[in-house]
Amino acid sequence: MASSELEQEEIRPPQPPGFLQWIRENLFSSIFNSVLTVVLLPVVVFIIYQVLVWVLFQANWKAVTQFPLLYTVGQYPRDQLWRVGFIFSGMILMLGISWGRWGGLLRSITLAAGGLLLVVAILPVQHAELTLNMRLYLVSNIALALVGYLIGKKIPIKSYLIFAAWFLIPIIGVILLAGFESSTLIPPVQTTQWGGLLVTFLLAAGGIVLSFPLGVALAFGRRSSLPVVSAFSTVFIEVIRGVPLVTILFMFSIILALFLPAESRIDRLVRALMAVTVFSAAYSAENVRGGLQSVPLGQIEAAKALGMSNFKTTIFIVLPQALRAVLPAIVGQFISLFKDTTLVVIIGINDFLGIGRSIINSDPEFVQLRTEVYLFMALVYWIFSYLMSLASRRIESAMGVESNL
Amino acid sequence: MALQTPQKTETTAIPFYRDERVLQIAAQIISAVLIFILLYWAVVNFLRAAEARNMTLSFGFLKEAAGFPISNPPIEYDPSMSFARAFLVGLANTLIVSGAGVVTATILGTLIALARLSSNWLMSRIALAFIEFHRNIPLLVLLFIWYFVVFSFVPPIKDSLVWPGPIFINKRGIYLSWPRLTETGPVFLIALGIGIVVAIAAFSILRKKRQETGKKTYFMPVSIGLVVISFVVGWFLAGGSPFWIDTPSLKGFNFQGGMRLTPEFAGMYLSLSLYTAAFIAEVVRGGIQAVSKGQIEAARALGLNQFQVVSLVVMPQALRIIIPPMISQYLNLTKNSSLALAIGFQEVFAVGKIAINQAGRAVPVFALIMATYLSLSLLTSFILNIYNRRIQFVVR
Amino acid sequence: MNNEPIIKCRGVHKWYGDFHAIKGVDIDVYEGEVIVIFGPSGSGKSTFIRTINRLEEHQQGTIIVDGTELSHDVRNIEKIRTETGMVFQQFNLFPHLTVMQNITLAPIWVRNWPRVKAEAKAMELLEMVGIPEQAQKFPGNLSGGQQQRVAIARALAMEPKIMLFDEPTSALDPEMIKEVLDAMIDLAKSGMTMIVVTHEMGFAREVADRMYFFDEGKIIETGTPDEIYRNPQEDRTKLFLSQILQH
Repeated sequence: MASSELEQEEIRPPQPPGFLQWIRENLFSSIFNSVLTVVLLPVVVFIIYQVLVWVLFQANWKAVTQFPLLYTVGQYPRDQLWRVGFIFSGMILMLGISWGRWGGLLRSITLAAGGLLLVVAILPVQHAELTLNMRLYLVSNIALALVGYLIGKKIPIKSYLIFAAWFLIPIIGVILLAGFESSTLIPPVQTTQWGGLLVTFLLAAGGIVLSFPLGVALAFGRRSSLPVVSAFSTVFIEVIRGVPLVTILFMFSIILALFLPAESRIDRLVRALMAVTVFSAAYSAENVRGGLQSVPLGQIEAAKALGMSNFKTTIFIVLPQALRAVLPAIVGQFISLFKDTTLVVIIGINDFLGIGRSIINSDPEFVQLRTEVYLFMALVYWIFSYLMSLASRRIESAMGVESNL
Repeated sequence: MALQTPQKTETTAIPFYRDERVLQIAAQIISAVLIFILLYWAVVNFLRAAEARNMTLSFGFLKEAAGFPISNPPIEYDPSMSFARAFLVGLANTLIVSGAGVVTATILGTLIALARLSSNWLMSRIALAFIEFHRNIPLLVLLFIWYFVVFSFVPPIKDSLVWPGPIFINKRGIYLSWPRLTETGPVFLIALGIGIVVAIAAFSILRKKRQETGKKTYFMPVSIGLVVISFVVGWFLAGGSPFWIDTPSLKGFNFQGGMRLTPEFAGMYLSLSLYTAAFIAEVVRGGIQAVSKGQIEAARALGLNQFQVVSLVVMPQALRIIIPPMISQYLNLTKNSSLALAIGFQEVFAVGKIAINQAGRAVPVFALIMATYLSLSLLTSFILNIYNRRIQFVVR
Repeated sequence: MNNEPIIKCRGVHKWYGDFHAIKGVDIDVYEGEVIVIFGPSGSGKSTFIRTINRLEEHQQGTIIVDGTELSHDVRNIEKIRTETGMVFQQFNLFPHLTVMQNITLAPIWVRNWPRVKAEAKAMELLEMVGIPEQAQKFPGNLSGGQQQRVAIARALAMEPKIMLFDEPTSALDPEMIKEVLDAMIDLAKSGMTMIVVTHEMGFAREVADRMYFFDEGKIIETGTPDEIYRNPQEDRTKLFLSQILQH
């Protein structure tokens, strides 16, 4: 009863797939869709055209392009910039190594960063801050990234060493940036002089590095069989999660001092970092707790039956599975932490957004250019958080973990 | 004889530092002591600081005159009123901007989710662009863009933008034409209210009857009809239009009448709504997509029509997935309204901060602010728990 | 047997983009017949059975069910769907409704039966599949075999003329397959017209009137169970049978 071979040769798919087919299926599949397309298309084209015209010809990007150093490092002493440069190069090297080791999205990020450096380095314009030395420095970073790539590719470095290096960079960075009282080589630099992307990244990276272990500890604390520990952790988590970040920031900047010995003084930036850390830790704790609950009891029993101690069971069996299960949520928490760092503006810290505001307010001319400045800020924040969410999606699909959102 | 210890314990006495039970108790005591010491240390430090700075710890100041002005208070207020009153004004502002934000974000978010699921590629991409734009920039940046950029470019009063409505937009805010009740207006509202209640009752009774008897009861048109009828009847009883439109008009140097939204309110409200709408859109889309294809196929295979598939099978399941994260988005929105501080919209936190700056009140004011937000979030988790328990009871 | 087939398929083709899933299938099914379709996975057998009630749209050829041609006419589609019941591999019970509500949903809202009548019918069907005591439970609380029997009752509640089974036992644990197959055998013996996609050869041997072997979107061979088992004509059929009958 099957059709004969001859018959079959003549039968073709009813619609030839292709560009026109795609347009038909996706834009004109029904009368309603056709009308929608006809109405929307001109609007979208018009808006994109207007935006492009404004960005390219009408906008005055002076307030954005004039102060690259302010935007990146704030008031950090210009004669001490090498310290920032050193850390930046360290990160570029690590990025290169990670690219060589894992490839994938890291490759795109490294290449994009390298491309950006190259473009800035060879910009054919006169700029006070874009000196020959600066250009050479930028170009040499591209070389550094490539060296890192080769190292990562050729030398089989253990993954955990690379992770450890990434974790160490912010810590070494802070020590280097802060300097030492007695040193002439790296004299101390007050944190009031730090600013821009430097502070934003410091708060975000510091917050992530510190809040994560604290969150894990709180999660275990909440599940602890010790009633005092469990009650303390629960109250801590729920109170922090119940109030806005602004409250926590103010609490650390105003109230905290009252609960510490009178003679102790904590740096303003450190207090902000503590607030961001504590806030993020409470949310991480709940994520981790969700993960811990998802680990089947059988896993723990199996580990104990193998003779593992409670501690070893937790570290080698329970925690890895728990974290794997909630990885998307944890990365999502990191993204909102990054966005939340902007709130430190409210307590007067000059992070990236804060520098933007002070540039606008520094000159009546720049007040008129605030549109450009704020859109530039939005773009920068957007790129970084979008990259993070992209990375998280890649990790998810690579690990076969499903996202909740 | 009774005191004879069992042989076992005697021969293999466990050293106390290896005894599971002893360790357990020791851990309990040590952890309790450590936490107690920490708290005690903090309290001692605090009392010392309080004494040194001559701080009051009582809430007595709530009765004192606040002494600071609040622009455009939603309830009656002047600086001679108590601080408690000022705090109440702040709370009212928080609730108003959050309430308006919740309604707008829900409607907008749902529409965007539907657009995202549209079979029209262009529509879906526009929704995606909206979602990705708002999800990846900080709320504070969005707020600054609306308040310092968009609203700062509106014309001064005498050159107000006029939008249909009429709506006047100028430096001092957005002036909406606003319907206000006439004297007989309440009659209309009561009639309409009765109509809606009756319509809902009719809907459920007739729907039930339809299920019981299998006969068409036209519950949908009947209930809509009832609302329309009560609307018309109410209109007549009120003797004409129950509303008069309060149209803003330029009197001298200012607009009079209408509903005025200050630029601060409008900026906060818009950015909160748009920002949260992006998150709600993802929640709604996720909920709808979580209803498996097999469910829809099974419903279709049974012969249910498109409307029945959605209303009897897809929506009941999707709502169960959507509502819990939706409620926590509402809580986030409310907490995020504290960012209003940055643009000078005086909600709870901003009012509290003014009071903090008045010497010596930091701690009680802070306690008050935290208690306010905590009770809001406790209320939210209470509602969530009830909902979750009901769902668990129905579907296990 | 009636002269006119209750299902009549002529030259049915189906593409997914470039992929030719069904390559010209002709099948006639007469009232009261039990048809078993088998073949390797990806052979188009599930796709084909799903074109009969329009869960998949065929792009060429004609499908006529009980005198109604499947076209883009929504009324035709709904009519055919009310007259064919379908049982899915994954049960697809509605998790938010009780077993009783699952079964009575369509009779009440599509057939416009009074609730009492629909519930009486549901109880009768639940007794037939052997689980009347589960009526007030939610699907999540039932075993796979019980869920699939509810799914059969749900499809039968519409009093369909034709029942379609799309691999009804593939998602079940071995000990539950029998309880579902027993219900299906009872149904077949009661004279229901059935098209069953399955590899359960015992079932086929007991009740099937005809069997079709599908491969690569085409019917390779057809015949009575005896003919297919004893004396398969095509090499592909032989190979496939030897593979599935081995274990």
